Amino acid sequence: MNEVVCSINHVVKCLTDAGVTPDLANLLTIIGGVVLVATVPLITVIFLIWIERKVAARVQDRLGPNRVGPFGLLQTVADALKMLTKEDITPIGADKFIYNLAPIIAFATVILIWAVIPFTPLHIGADLSIGLLYFVAVASIGTVKIMIAGWSSNNKYALLGAFRTIAQLLSYEVPLVLSLLIPVMIAGTMSMQGLVHAQGGMWYVFMAPVAAVMFFIANLAETGRAPFDLLEAESEIIAGYNIEYSGFKWGMFMAGEFMHAFTASLLAAVIFLGGWWGPGVEQVPVLGFLYLGLKTFVVYLFSLVLRSTVPRVRIDQLMALNWKWLVPISVANVLVTAFLLQLTKALGLAPQTGDFAAALPQTIILLLGNLAIVLVVLNLVRNIGRNERMAAAATDAAVGHSEDERVAVGAPGH
Amino acid sequence: MLEFNAQTIAFIVFALFSLGGALGVVTTRNLIHATLYLILSLFGAAGFFVLLSAPFLAAVQVLVYIGAIAILIVFAVMLTRSMTRISDLYNRQWLLSAIVAGILFVVLLAGVIVPVWGVNGTQIDRPVSDVVAGTVDLGKALVDQNQYVLPFEVASLLLTAAMIGAIVIARDDQE
Repeated sequence: MNEVVCSINHVVKCLTDAGVTPDLANLLTIIGGVVLVATVPLITVIFLIWIERKVAARVQDRLGPNRVGPFGLLQTVADALKMLTKEDITPIGADKFIYNLAPIIAFATVILIWAVIPFTPLHIGADLSIGLLYFVAVASIGTVKIMIAGWSSNNKYALLGAFRTIAQLLSYEVPLVLSLLIPVMIAGTMSMQGLVHAQGGMWYVFMAPVAAVMFFIANLAETGRAPFDLLEAESEIIAGYNIEYSGFKWGMFMAGEFMHAFTASLLAAVIFLGGWWGPGVEQVPVLGFLYLGLKTFVVYLFSLVLRSTVPRVRIDQLMALNWKWLVPISVANVLVTAFLLQLTKALGLAPQTGDFAAALPQTIILLLGNLAIVLVVLNLVRNIGRNERMAAAATDAAVGHSEDERVAVGAPGH
Repeated sequence: MLEFNAQTIAFIVFALFSLGGALGVVTTRNLIHATLYLILSLFGAAGFFVLLSAPFLAAVQVLVYIGAIAILIVFAVMLTRSMTRISDLYNRQWLLSAIVAGILFVVLLAGVIVPVWGVNGTQIDRPVSDVVAGTVDLGKALVDQNQYVLPFEVASLLLTAAMIGAIVIARDDQE
């Protein structure tokens, strides 16, 4: 990690001192930075798969991989080597060029997100003024890869799986973007580094907990993690959009999915958990890597435990949850937060300096607004649940349904 | 004259993307390939926005247009009989379309050339405006009552109406 510690300005100076022309030195450092930022996720994914398998094993009271290397650490390496040696099959009638293009897009769209992630106050690929929008734009390309993978495989099930996946990804993009609007409104900037700097006094998870939860749920769906892992459904569409892929191309889809899940946790840590902020980070910026890593890991661990504990939802429940609950709540959240932000500005309670005490009044007001939203939602859920139970009881009394059948029919949100 | 630097190279690359992609869209007989050419063409346009220091529009271009290509493919699959072997490249209205497209091209070209090289035009070595507007300026202009608040609100109303219309049409009559 020593190259990373040396900030980009330093590298240029080192090179020009060694007799390289400034233009070439700039180009070299940019290329070096790109290679570095793109390689880190590739290395990380090997360990992520190991962590995921270990955590899932612990939750299910198993041991997990423990044969290859210490604690089974090298199991993923062995798996990757096995994948490389598998036969690479292209189905007859496949559209060869786009069939081969899809896995590349799948991986590239995830790695591109890493370009705007601020790891420390100094280390960021590119601090764009539209960093957050860049993330949303790059993530939206992800739908294309699924569609062309599903189409070019020349397989009905792949195409059906792709259609279903598109429906899921596009639906959950709405609450995702609406929940990202909240931090942008509070910070007044879309730059990732600006968002992290604005959280110096208070993390946004305390100012906008509803938005943070929305972002987490929408990201679970966007990355296709349980309970929203409908991208693959063996009993319904055999395997989903990547059914015809084998060997390394399939491996790229799989690694892309793992990376995406981790990147989502990383973004949650950056946008809602204060990014690289932590004790002493202003004196020693390198500590940012540690703090961001810890925060990311907490979010990631939570999603892993969730993945191995909850059952999956049905496709109609998935859509109902999004359009009947997440989208209205997100819209209400945007309205309430915008109103409260203007209110605090009018009352003169908006933070002037970036410390904890200055951010406190605004946080309390926003927190109360969030609490109101949560109370309304909980009340709605309770009423709908009660009405459903009473309707079911009425049908029971009339028809005489058994208890089991009623449970099977009574899906939430209907 | 034309300076040969990184920006010029980027401009040429984006222009090739944009024009080549557009040509590919109308000449290919495979609808999926046509949509992919469209991505290339739109990506070129996004690149122009970056070169013009308008990163917000570039990101929106990618988000709105390229992000919606998947939906376009879904519609293509659902609404056409043959995806990969389009028999007729031209339909009956091709002459009319060609005339309209030609007129539009001339009008747009004149709109670009006259302010720069025309009688009272600014010359090529001077930028049209010295003010560099950022994303914040764009946001303020959209809600400023002296600028674009009316078109902005009308567009939002139209989109809301379209959304409500879609919900009403998709609604199950039984419920």
